[in-house]
Amino acid sequence: MEVLLQQLVNGLSLGGIYALIALGYTMVYGIIELINFAHGDVYTLGTFFSLAILTLLGVTGIVTGPALIVVVAVTILGAMILCGLTGVIIERLAYRRLRHAPKLAPLITAIGMSFILENIMLYWHGPSPIPFPQVLPNPEFALGAITIQAKQVMVIVLAVVLMIVLQSFVMNTRLGKAMRATAQDKDAAQLMGIDINTTIALTFLIGSALAGAAGFVSGVYYGSTWFFNGFAAGLKAFTAAVLGGIGNLAGAMLGGFLIGLIEAMTTQFFGDQWANIMVFSILVLVLIFRPSGLLGESLPNKV
Amino acid sequence: MKLTPGARNALIAFAVAIVLPFVGHNGAFTNFLADAGAFVLLALGLNIVVGFAGLLDLGYAAFFAIGSYAFAMLASPQFGIHVPFWLLIFVAAAIAGIFGILLGAPTLRLRGDYLAIVTLGFGEIVPQTFLNLAQWTGGPNGIGSLDQPVFFGLKFGFDPLPYYLLILVLIALAVWVANNLRQSRLGRAWMAIREDELAAAHMGINTTTTKLAAFAMGASFSGLAGCAYASKLQLVSPDQFGFNVSVFILAMLVLGGMGNIPGVILGSVLLSSLDRFILPQGTNFLHGLGLTSVDLTSSRFLIYGVILVAMMLFRPEGLVPSRQRKAELHAAEIDEKAALAEQELYTEAIS
Repeated sequence: MEVLLQQLVNGLSLGGIYALIALGYTMVYGIIELINFAHGDVYTLGTFFSLAILTLLGVTGIVTGPALIVVVAVTILGAMILCGLTGVIIERLAYRRLRHAPKLAPLITAIGMSFILENIMLYWHGPSPIPFPQVLPNPEFALGAITIQAKQVMVIVLAVVLMIVLQSFVMNTRLGKAMRATAQDKDAAQLMGIDINTTIALTFLIGSALAGAAGFVSGVYYGSTWFFNGFAAGLKAFTAAVLGGIGNLAGAMLGGFLIGLIEAMTTQFFGDQWANIMVFSILVLVLIFRPSGLLGESLPNKV
Repeated sequence: MKLTPGARNALIAFAVAIVLPFVGHNGAFTNFLADAGAFVLLALGLNIVVGFAGLLDLGYAAFFAIGSYAFAMLASPQFGIHVPFWLLIFVAAAIAGIFGILLGAPTLRLRGDYLAIVTLGFGEIVPQTFLNLAQWTGGPNGIGSLDQPVFFGLKFGFDPLPYYLLILVLIALAVWVANNLRQSRLGRAWMAIREDELAAAHMGINTTTTKLAAFAMGASFSGLAGCAYASKLQLVSPDQFGFNVSVFILAMLVLGGMGNIPGVILGSVLLSSLDRFILPQGTNFLHGLGLTSVDLTSSRFLIYGVILVAMMLFRPEGLVPSRQRKAELHAAEIDEKAALAEQELYTEAIS
């Protein structure tokens, strides 16, 4: 029982990272129906940017007191801005021209972009794992038989807060309304005076910024990263988005936490080497039996 | 007998390909030709799925893995089973084809982009499973000392030449099959689905079985390639079949021209040469110039990525396009032009 509860905590914090990445997948898919393969690599890029910012700030170890808040805020915002801009540039260069092309074309381009980003990161830090400084003091709280680490709490809280901010942005602001309108019908939205290109760019900006935040969190959480990190994480986050119902923000969150739990439990009971197989099998099963996901509505085939 | 220009060109290309290793007469070159040939075979198989039927399969290397492992398990000391090569090559193709059906049957009803991601997941699951089931597959070490084919008492041995000739025969077979399929009722059904699935379904095409046929056929080609490649290398191991390999083959199609057999062969040969000759030689050349820190071979995946993006943006039909495919990929532009022309007419009329 303790093992189960402990893995529940581990799984939820793991899931927080997947949830943040999944939000970007789901937003982009919701608006232009593209699986943005490069998104997982934007997430890894977030860790790389965070590392660069920490190096610039001269941070190599644990920071305490008010300085901690400044360091974390600067790093996270910096990574979010840089990743957001990366996302916008990718959309402008690689996807915009292909918006009316057959579906196959932007998908293939997205895979190409993913390879390009991975190789840029390979040049940047080489092929080996890169240590990420332990910025946060990490006290552990004992709760009965289980222990909860401060960084686990941070992941979950950050994921939930960002998700609530995003949800209220999409539901309550003019720009959010423009995004929803564009997702529903681009032509009609354009006729209503919405600038489609800006709205789609904004979607990429927000989605990629969330991946940047996830990148920072994952650096702190795992204490290391490497250039290929985003491939598996991206695939799992996409699974989370599909599981929750693609296009649905709350669904992405739910899916993220569920995938984190499944991964933690599989690792506990079957071993590490079966975790990926389990997650991808779930992806296949969900797509076959419930392609609309847990919270999504079924999409009709557009003629 | 009169030959069509296409058949004549194919025969000339085949003759040149046979002569090539004897002209070079260099073990390393023949070895390269044999490996490149295996990838031509893979590209021809993927072309049926992606090029003809328009289904994006991102886990094609998984079928290559299944074909290779089927061969390795049935023709090696691993279980002490030694099925003759010439029988096994068809068995491996059939096994790969059956897995194509097993994966395809539940997933081919999915929308195109979901299919892509499911195949990607499958492509990750298969090598990982081979890695995990160490008691049968040898785990990370794979299976070694595979049987060598024997042709009328002539043992293939370690010389790459007989493997190259074998692969060449398989390529000729694959080209013949693919070309005939393309012109058959099934091939036309594939293209109809590629262009507009809904319309094809309304014309009475059973889209699920038709797509399933493409999947099975494409997978079985990779079974052939897996057999030939594994017997030549004498080894299978899980790291030969990653996502990188699937994307490498996809890049061959994209570069050469999806749906066009000569284009696909050209793209495949070009990328194999890039991988094995141009990048290492370029690196040597730069090292000779004193730039010793440069290693072009580590940029190969960057180059594949750039090829995928650049081709899709600027020449989606590939270097040697199929006429039909080109028209489809530029349909949006044509529509746009028509709309502009209409608008002009309209403005003229009201002014």
